[in-house]
Amino acid sequence: MTELLEHPTREETERKTIEKVSIVISKGSLEGIYPGLIMANGARMEGIEADLFFTFFGLDAIRRDRQAKIKVATVGNPGMHLPTLVGALPGFSALATRMMQRQMEKLDIPPIPEFVELVADSGAGLYACRASVDMFDLSLEDFVPQVRDILSVGEFYELAAGGEIIFT
Amino acid sequence: MTTALYADTPVEVDAEGFLTDPEQWDEQIAERIAEENGIPELSDRHWLVVRFMRDRYLTTGNAPSIRALGKESGVPVKELYALFPKGPAKLAAKIGGIPKPRGCI
Repeated sequence: MTELLEHPTREETERKTIEKVSIVISKGSLEGIYPGLIMANGARMEGIEADLFFTFFGLDAIRRDRQAKIKVATVGNPGMHLPTLVGALPGFSALATRMMQRQMEKLDIPPIPEFVELVADSGAGLYACRASVDMFDLSLEDFVPQVRDILSVGEFYELAAGGEIIFT
Repeated sequence: MTTALYADTPVEVDAEGFLTDPEQWDEQIAERIAEENGIPELSDRHWLVVRFMRDRYLTTGNAPSIRALGKESGVPVKELYALFPKGPAKLAAKIGGIPKPRGCI
């Protein structure tokens, strides 16, 4: 005999508010980094607790030597609607980046270094991923001062407990 | 739209409690809204932020972004969040009697 599992009512499944988010930034391109920063800033603006965890090339967003040099990916990015060979022309990525930055400035979206500072000042925690840091042979000194610590995945999950995890 | 009573004054508010007509606002109303939202007393620094938000909205038709608020109000971002832990732009707009800021930044 089959037994019907009781379906939770809408009221039971519906949560009214999000209290906390932990956002993972794993990509090092301009379009890979901004969404996570915008979501973290937006969370803080709503009074939601937010932490950011930078992993793999996402670490570029918090590296002193690379933070200001983040570029749009013009190759391997179908969203550009350009032939791959055009995207690969020397200087093309820099040009696309400049155009996008100009557009964002108009919308009052800060450049990445300023945005990272803004998000940290708003109370979000910034953390680097242990495995990636070891792989790229980096240490805490390689990161901007807003980075609080280098965490293992386990420590990240501990930190994220009780909230939502968003992977970008 | 509903009517709320602040400091014995009836005002029109939206579903989230933001005044729909900035003209109905006054300082007593601001103090009551602040109290209701976890700020028992508005300091000079709170007022600086609230007035900046309100003036900017009334002159430009838009509430400033958190970036502009931190750069131009005279109150840095860290302090903004200390003053309004539940979201400076949103809360200052509510207390200042202007609509909820719609921007993402």
